[in-house]
Amino acid sequence: MMALNRQVILLLLSAIILAFVPAFITSKFYIDVLTLIFFTAYIGQSWNILGGYAGQFSFGGVMFFGTGAYASSILLTSFGIPPIFGIIVAIFAGALLGFIVGYMSFRSGLKGSYFALITLAFAELLRVLANSVEFTGGGVGLFLTFAPGLSNLQFKTPIGFYYFAFLLMVISILIALWLERSRFGAQLVAIRENEEAAEALGINTLKCKIYAIMIMGAMGGAAGTFYAQKYLYLDPPIAYSIHLSVEMLLVTIVGGMGTVFGPLIGAFVLHIVNEIARHLIDTPGLSLIVYGVILIVIISYLPNGLIGMFKKKMNKSKPTALKNFFSGDKDA
Amino acid sequence: MLSASLSMLPAAIINGLMYGAIYALVALGLTLIYGVLHIINFAHGAMLMLALYAAFFLFKLVQIDPYISIFIVTPIAFMFGYVIYRYGIGVLSKGKDQNILLITLGLSIIIENSALFFFSGDQQTVSLSYGFEAFDLGFMYLSYPKVISFFAALVICALLWALMSLTDLGRAIRAVAKERQGARLVGINVEHIFAVTFGIGIACLGAAGCMMLPIFYVDPYTGNIFVLVAFTIVVLGGMGSVLGALLGGFIIGITESVGGLLLGESLGQIGISLIFILILIFKPTGLFGSKV
Repeated sequence: MMALNRQVILLLLSAIILAFVPAFITSKFYIDVLTLIFFTAYIGQSWNILGGYAGQFSFGGVMFFGTGAYASSILLTSFGIPPIFGIIVAIFAGALLGFIVGYMSFRSGLKGSYFALITLAFAELLRVLANSVEFTGGGVGLFLTFAPGLSNLQFKTPIGFYYFAFLLMVISILIALWLERSRFGAQLVAIRENEEAAEALGINTLKCKIYAIMIMGAMGGAAGTFYAQKYLYLDPPIAYSIHLSVEMLLVTIVGGMGTVFGPLIGAFVLHIVNEIARHLIDTPGLSLIVYGVILIVIISYLPNGLIGMFKKKMNKSKPTALKNFFSGDKDA
Repeated sequence: MLSASLSMLPAAIINGLMYGAIYALVALGLTLIYGVLHIINFAHGAMLMLALYAAFFLFKLVQIDPYISIFIVTPIAFMFGYVIYRYGIGVLSKGKDQNILLITLGLSIIIENSALFFFSGDQQTVSLSYGFEAFDLGFMYLSYPKVISFFAALVICALLWALMSLTDLGRAIRAVAKERQGARLVGINVEHIFAVTFGIGIACLGAAGCMMLPIFYVDPYTGNIFVLVAFTIVVLGGMGSVLGALLGGFIIGITESVGGLLLGESLGQIGISLIFILILIFKPTGLFGSKV
């Protein structure tokens, strides 16, 4: 209970600080970077639910993002339905896609590398489809107009988008906190640690994994609407880019898989690295080279991510306080 | 429209066979590595891209014909693969399946973006003096490079088969693939064999890269196009099966060109990911079990 209070207090504290950031930082650049960090943390958290908690790595997580983005954008451009309703459709579209992909691949017992690769193939399939059919605008893409207003989920200033991304990020943290405390979350962790044993304990592993990928899909769908309304353009290579699939697993692995704050910390670290690399040598490719090196180093030497590094130190010095915060109370 | 497509069908099939042989070579490297080391090399496409660049620069800087470059790039690719496994992937992965997948993913990101950093994102092609000459088959023209690549790919597949079945090295590789503890007990240096196998797998890419250069273009993202193609062939043929990789290559090559003919250039690409998904869901062992 003690640990819970501490965690909630720290969470609230950092939330309040981040909520008031726009009052102190007026530079559009920093607001945009922070917006992007929240967005990446949010989409990383969606990957974390299936990859980090349930242990099912996906290489095609972008498919939910792209499908959600197309869902709300097509509703807007073809039927005039405002994105505030469109985002709900996007969430359902993402969850439905999650159900389809999850049902097909988990029911046939795909796991590990095979599951990772089949999600990649699904994303590729959708990219080709989006490129070939008419209602997505095909290869030309969809152009959205900028009409600020809550019903369009668009805002006059970057600060509006900052709060939109901030809200998404906070919701994703709350979902992860709920997972840490719920029976469902414990079932996912059991599946990750030993699927046969989980099955033997009476957990319906198929159902749990499908639920997890549906949550991931729902979150990805909303992310798609956010992106489309902010950047006003969508085409198949953007909607189903492998780059975003990699980014969402990267921030989570760097920060710490299966932890509440891993994706957020990973997003912060990687975006700062990215900005520094861009500042030093502004040549395309450099920051991604650094990402690749970081990924390999983390996988090889810090399998629990940056959070795991803190946790180890905490274990040595102060056993309870921050450790419980960072580990999301797992062993308290 | 349809009858016009049908009359072009034989040409599409022959074109598909030509590409299929090269795809098979790419997939052969992947399936060999999987069959022996049980790892999935996600950096396969990126390494193929490097081989294409190697052949490109050999042509551009010292005017070596890409088909001659096979004899230069292949051994270099072998050494690259050997070193990168022995002192890189093998050391870092610590044996976990998903670790290796992620490490090779990291490797592919590094290779791809290093290429972008050093070679820029421009598409590069070579123009050979005989590049536009073609055999007249009556119903279609078949360019020299396609035919040379087709036969060269088949020769290399045959050499690989001979290496695996007739030599001591091949016996050792097969022994390690079947029973690595037993192989260690009879005195085979398992780590060395792993690295050699990885090297051979990458050497296949070295050769494939040289053969592809006269037909395709190369840019830092070329690998992305072929990585899913290679994985599809490998799961289609059965992970670890050499014969499967060869047949899978032909099937995918034909699917691609016939799909492009019947469905149009854009939707035609759907065949590969669709086959990949369907095979994994309905027959994950592929067409030919999983023996090396």
